[in-house]
Amino acid sequence: MGTMPEDGTRTADGERNPAADESLPPTSVDDAVRDAEERRWTPAKIATWVAIALLGGVAWFMLALVRGETVNAIWFVFASVCTYLIGYRFYSKVIERYLLKPDDRRATPAEYKADGKDFVRTDRNVLFGHHFAAIAGAGPLVGPVIAAQMGYLPGTIWIILGVVLAGAVQDYLVMFFSMRRGGRSLGQMAREELGVIGGTAALVATLLIMVIIVAILALVVVNALGESPWGVFSVGMTIPIALFMGVYLRYLRPGKVMEVSIIGFVLLMAAIIGGGAVAGTEWGAAFFHLDKVTIAWGLIVYGFIAAILPVWLLLAPRDYLSTFMKIGVIAMLAVAIIVVRPEITVPAFSEFAGRENGPVFSGALFPFLFVTIACGALSGFHALISSGTTPKLIEKERQTRFIGYGGMLMESFVAIMALVAAVSIDRGIYFAMNAPVALTGGTVETAAQWVNGLGLAGVNITPDVLAQTASNVGEESIVSRSGGAPTLAVGLAHIMQQFIGGTGMMAFWYHFAIMFEALFILTAVDAGTRVARFMLQDSIGNFAPKFKEASWRPGAWLCTAIMVGAWGAVLLMGVTDPLGGINTLFPLFGIANQLLAAIALAVCMAIAAKRGSFKYLWIVAVPLAFTAVVTITASIHKIFSSVPAVGYFANNAAFSKALADGKTSFGTAKTTAAMEAVVRNTMIQGWLSIIFVVLSIIVIVTAVLATVKAFRNTAAGVPNVNNEDRPHPSRVYAPAGLIPTPAERELMAEWNKLPADLRVERAGHH
Amino acid sequence: MSAAPGPAGLLHPVAGAFRGFARYVQGVMGADAYRKYLEHHAAAGHGTPPMDERAFWRDRTDRQDSNPQGRCC
Repeated sequence: MGTMPEDGTRTADGERNPAADESLPPTSVDDAVRDAEERRWTPAKIATWVAIALLGGVAWFMLALVRGETVNAIWFVFASVCTYLIGYRFYSKVIERYLLKPDDRRATPAEYKADGKDFVRTDRNVLFGHHFAAIAGAGPLVGPVIAAQMGYLPGTIWIILGVVLAGAVQDYLVMFFSMRRGGRSLGQMAREELGVIGGTAALVATLLIMVIIVAILALVVVNALGESPWGVFSVGMTIPIALFMGVYLRYLRPGKVMEVSIIGFVLLMAAIIGGGAVAGTEWGAAFFHLDKVTIAWGLIVYGFIAAILPVWLLLAPRDYLSTFMKIGVIAMLAVAIIVVRPEITVPAFSEFAGRENGPVFSGALFPFLFVTIACGALSGFHALISSGTTPKLIEKERQTRFIGYGGMLMESFVAIMALVAAVSIDRGIYFAMNAPVALTGGTVETAAQWVNGLGLAGVNITPDVLAQTASNVGEESIVSRSGGAPTLAVGLAHIMQQFIGGTGMMAFWYHFAIMFEALFILTAVDAGTRVARFMLQDSIGNFAPKFKEASWRPGAWLCTAIMVGAWGAVLLMGVTDPLGGINTLFPLFGIANQLLAAIALAVCMAIAAKRGSFKYLWIVAVPLAFTAVVTITASIHKIFSSVPAVGYFANNAAFSKALADGKTSFGTAKTTAAMEAVVRNTMIQGWLSIIFVVLSIIVIVTAVLATVKAFRNTAAGVPNVNNEDRPHPSRVYAPAGLIPTPAERELMAEWNKLPADLRVERAGHH
Repeated sequence: MSAAPGPAGLLHPVAGAFRGFARYVQGVMGADAYRKYLEHHAAAGHGTPPMDERAFWRDRTDRQDSNPQGRCC
């Protein structure tokens, strides 16, 4: 960060083909050779792609058109993987060839700014895993679960098509443009490309959006741990485990990352198993049985302390643990789904697909499905990761397609697996778990009665089933465990016990799933608070320069307190909300995330226009228009809808009127205090929606203006401002994708013949 | 993929594959950061000696204190 372009403005021309070193083999496959290779369709190649297309087509047919009693989960795997392969091979290639035009003769920041620390050329396959671990967390595991209210098909279509046409495109473009700018962040790019107004709006919006995202992720954890002694114990144990790992890495055996990760993992498993034993004892059940408000306060205090502690003590070791778990868990889930192949009984479109008063999240399919599933289809948060860290590690320009576009496809696959896990459990259990207490009544009897009264096809649940499921997973109750994480955990336990361990292992698998989700979320909460704190310090620093000093404790603590206070307030609002926090707040999370995506795509559109790629601007403009329409419509619903379940202000008015009429209970609020809470919460949520949408519209408008200006400039022959770093000739070579092509192999062989002393990297030290 | 397979890798393809996988996971986790730093340091031809392992990791986490990296949801 903080790197400035080495000189001011340059034109788009004059940056092509920086002078190469004649003593080295070519640093890029010859364009004509690559072209010929890509256009040569051998019979084997044709047969492969025809087979992929056919298999994908059959899978989509099975999911979308065949209306049997059940559908097998394997079709989800085939439909998604085949579509990803086609999207990757054909669509991302179009983006590469016509819009981005990467040039391997240009050195990447990892080469020309190499410092052995932040800027390090990294093997493409390693970086793929690294980037994937940074972008994938609890988001793709939670959103699809909540969206399953509408049936499996709407979510499946949006996750798969959304990622190919929007989500992966965003990640790829942001990564590429950031790489061309020495790894600058999205905020810095917005400032440069959109000017002061657009840039400031983007910064403020990003800050607010981060607050909302952190708050709602925290809400998911609170909902998963509330009244769950086992969960509280095992997740709580991650803190001492991480502290131990931190001390181990700092003082005992520095640098032994794998070793400490394995120790941490073993301790984690012990904490899960021990949690069951502790929760089984009387004192354990009493001591770790915490209500949601207590857990929320605990999380707020923890969040503040974690964000001011040095990174080495808590954040870094937990990040290792989280990455380690991520790789293992996702591989395990994929293998389990492929091996077990559960039958799905959930209908393609549920009864709630055509209504806007669903119990899990409220609002109509359009636009709310598209905001409920953000991560996995299109996630604006990724733009913050794809700019900054990963671009500083890329070895060759052409690898951005594999890492940026391909990495996001991988996250989408995680979302599909979460969806499969959620729809593989009984629908009655699903609704009993995900509806707020106000509807289910909180007991197995009332919940069963309420679910059966919904009139859902094929759903007839008994209180015994709910009680049995709870006891199988080692919980006192599973009624109204909203937030997605517990449902996913039940689904995962249901699939995994068929794979390993049987019913006896369900409690372990359930708490294993809760544990890794909590781990991902706590890491995101920590990191999010820190990043937001720095953004705030930086912004205040424009007025009071002292705040820009990261090491100035009072400033750092004050800004941390402000950020934690902000997300903490939203979290408490969600926890105490009589309407059930997830139901009202989750759409706000999705809207925030998608607005960030709109901002990122808007910045990308302005950049692409300045590069003169008007003919292919639709690649950015179409997803931008779609996400802008979705989020602005959703915001308008939330602001102006007269249905109290959907509109924040309608709800506010209804409760205010009830209070004015002297009522002491109204709707789901049973006391005057609860009614006042609703009035307060809806007002805050309503105003947040307004601020988000206004800021985002400002960013989008400034981006459109920048695009139009670029078009006029180009038409008039005036060069556009180019904020890319000065091109440096590359002195290294590496292939672009997972499997090198024949031409790439030939070139690699040439490089391998080179004497070692000529292959040394000559970094851009001045 | 960088180094040629050693004799052990040729004798025990399974062990070789496992080692490759372990190296991959290490890379993803960032466990090889110090090795890469040393490589860079040697290649760049600095006059000063490189940091030792302890100092390198200290420096690495301390720099993250003032330069946090986001983790996604």
